[in-house]
Amino acid sequence: MPATKRQVHLAAHFPGVNSTTLWADPLHRSQIDFTAFEHFARTAERGRFDFLFLAEGLRLREHKGQLHELDVVGRPNTLAVLAALAAVTEHVGLVGTLNSTFNEPYELARQLSTLDHLSDGRAGWNVVTSSDAFHGANFRRGGYLDHADRYHRANEFVSLAKELWDSWSSDAIAADRASGRFLADAADEAGAFAHRGAQFDVRGRFTTPASPQRYPVIVQAGDSTDGRDFASEHAEVIFSRHSAFDEAQAFYADVKGRLAGWGRTEDSLKILPAVTFAIGDSQAEAEEVAREISLAQVTPRNAITALEQLWGTDLTGYDADGPLPAFDPGEGPADTVAGTITKGWAPRFPNAVQIARAWRAQSEAEGLSIRELVIKVAGRQSFIGTPSHIAAELDRYVQERATDGFVVVGTTSPHGLDAFADRVVPELQARGVYRTEYEPGATLRQNLELPEPGARVAEEVRRVG
Amino acid sequence: MHDGGPLRPGPIGSNVVDMTRRPTIAVALDGAGWHPAAWRDPSALPADLFSRRYWRDLVQFAERAEVDFVTIEDALGLQSATLWSSDDRTDQVRGRLDALLIASFLAPVTSRIGLVPTVTTTHTEPFHVATGLQTLDFASRGRAGWRPQLSGSPHEAAHFGRRTVPPVDVEALLSGDSEQIRAGFDEARDVVEVVRRLWDSWEDDAIIRDAATGRFIDREKIHGAEFSGEWFDVKGASIVPRSPQGQPLVAVLAHQTIPYELAATSADLVFVTPHDDAQSVSILAEVREAEARTGRTGRALSVLAEVLVVLESTPAAARAALERLDERNGSPVASDALVFAGTPEQLLERIHGWTALGYDGVRIRPARLPRDLEQLAEWVLPALPRADAAGATLRERLGFELPENRYTAAAAGGAAAARTNEEVA
Repeated sequence: MPATKRQVHLAAHFPGVNSTTLWADPLHRSQIDFTAFEHFARTAERGRFDFLFLAEGLRLREHKGQLHELDVVGRPNTLAVLAALAAVTEHVGLVGTLNSTFNEPYELARQLSTLDHLSDGRAGWNVVTSSDAFHGANFRRGGYLDHADRYHRANEFVSLAKELWDSWSSDAIAADRASGRFLADAADEAGAFAHRGAQFDVRGRFTTPASPQRYPVIVQAGDSTDGRDFASEHAEVIFSRHSAFDEAQAFYADVKGRLAGWGRTEDSLKILPAVTFAIGDSQAEAEEVAREISLAQVTPRNAITALEQLWGTDLTGYDADGPLPAFDPGEGPADTVAGTITKGWAPRFPNAVQIARAWRAQSEAEGLSIRELVIKVAGRQSFIGTPSHIAAELDRYVQERATDGFVVVGTTSPHGLDAFADRVVPELQARGVYRTEYEPGATLRQNLELPEPGARVAEEVRRVG
Repeated sequence: MHDGGPLRPGPIGSNVVDMTRRPTIAVALDGAGWHPAAWRDPSALPADLFSRRYWRDLVQFAERAEVDFVTIEDALGLQSATLWSSDDRTDQVRGRLDALLIASFLAPVTSRIGLVPTVTTTHTEPFHVATGLQTLDFASRGRAGWRPQLSGSPHEAAHFGRRTVPPVDVEALLSGDSEQIRAGFDEARDVVEVVRRLWDSWEDDAIIRDAATGRFIDREKIHGAEFSGEWFDVKGASIVPRSPQGQPLVAVLAHQTIPYELAATSADLVFVTPHDDAQSVSILAEVREAEARTGRTGRALSVLAEVLVVLESTPAAARAALERLDERNGSPVASDALVFAGTPEQLLERIHGWTALGYDGVRIRPARLPRDLEQLAEWVLPALPRADAAGATLRERLGFELPENRYTAAAAGGAAAARTNEEVA
């Protein structure tokens, strides 16, 4: 095995409130009982994954003015379930999506620090920035934040959180019975902070001593220019949507290229696209499995819903086995405008007309019905094949710098990760690109082969000294 | 349950000690214990206070000892020896982890003990508080509770920078009537109300998983909170389905009329701080008056007396232990609750005295952890009637019914009314 082989990093995405989750499958159990999360986390740990990843709920999703009923609904509070999982796992990282708009830095920083303490250094934070009035209606300040300001707040939020995490030095606690000093030094003023910025004006004493990692691993998923800039400054992991090889490679080059401008090295950021998979004993069988998954994910009603999201109007009268609407989004019998028919999803279609035309052209050229078209454009698994074929593909992506690894999205709870952990992971290990055991006591940051936070500062201090 | 008649036999007339009914025993956990010098005790583990092992060991030990529930203290500011400001002392424990997350961490590694974190109602988001506690209830399979606590101090407000709080008017506070205090409690009442609505926002059978129609939920059975108040609005339903207990138990620590009223309108349990027999009688009467005044319906509040304990095998040893702690602290421990230094037998007598007056139990604040918890486990708990192991949830353990969902009840009431109308027609 050549020493230069890049290692594959894997994260596991809990199959919950997503259109990919096959809740009607007989194998699907509860997505809310704690046993489901425990099984999933233990499977991720058995598969030597770097971390487990949970999305966040701020409001139940709505479609056409009513609760969306076709996908899984209902999930736990992200921080509380991760803290519970910390007790039943030893190695796997625990990464939660937590909003920087509807939280306050003092509270969220101490919660994340607590999670890092309770997990012995396995906490991570996926910073998201939703700021619309629909979500805001569940929170004290409502939809107070202008869309354009969401990354200003996120940037200052993360900077302030780091000030709070730095406010206790790692040797602030002496706990020396003989001298009677619990805190090492009064002049140290453990926890003291003061911050004045455009978004926050706060001061006082932070309550939580420095945790094993000091900062949770910072994760980011936004794809806008603001999002990419935020990632270049703060993120240690990026969840990308670019899973097609060429696209992934271009994204990888773009983001890694920005790091130098922030004084960062390429190694200080890992890029992980979300991927789905279908496994079979032969390629043909895998294709058959993939087809079944797609048909189950894209039911006729789901196909129409997907179209309604793009067209921004009610398409109830359309037949999923028939042709696409002849009119463009925004034209015809639109009772609402594109992008507002569904609430609670990230806006996915900034250029709806263009996409709709492309879909219509493709369906006409290939003779596809609405449902077949939706399966083709949105419902196909990223990797389909035998375990060794999938492992070879994953390896190729990493060696050829299209990614540093993957966020694996299962389709059923809680067993959706089992086949990947038990069949694909051994193939990756056999290729020498994936750990066979965890490093005892390693933090999440160490498992991700990321530099320690503050290492840059320390280096500068050494240079000056 | 009381039916609008006298709430209970008057406390003074009910002096018959029912030795078969087990008093509720709660243990309040905080740092190295409730005495500020506890961390210097030889039994203490002061370097481990922020570790997973410390909390797991303490609470698993309490569970084996048949403690009914533990509470976990918290605040949105650093501990201080001076009220409503921070200090620069280095000789006392400083620093805390988030109590709700400690409780969540403990949930899967315990199976019978109730887990009741303190969560602040000021500055926090009611929506996150509600979903966090529901998740604790799921992870513990129905053993969650909540001690809501408000924050009135200017220095904690400065941690958030979202509202200015005038310096606390101590005179008004001690007299028990201050606009500022009343506003804080009014907000806390709204927070508990909206949290309780969110806990009920999914009816028990809202998840249908109907493959034939492709519907995961019956959306008629999920209800938005639709709350609009002076301090905040919350529109939607919880993101979490109804949890095993439906309504986790709510416990309020109260020292005065306004908090007694908060307990009466919003809580299931109240923790009170009588220092002697006369106060034990008068405070219980005040709680019952607050219930009557606020028009509380349904089950009366469970009332637990608070006591900070130093336990040793002889009265002299206990007194000496307390003196040693006070000496290390430089002054006697300041406590809102009775400070008890004595033997396990004396503590049992004290507990029986309270139950004889009509109290439901005690919340014990161990002066030293783990030492006073160990003494409790070895000498006090075994002397009490055995815990009724009937139910796995905290509600069942404490003899509370599982509450009906308000929306299900309303629908059933509506259906019954409709039936009655049909019969009349």
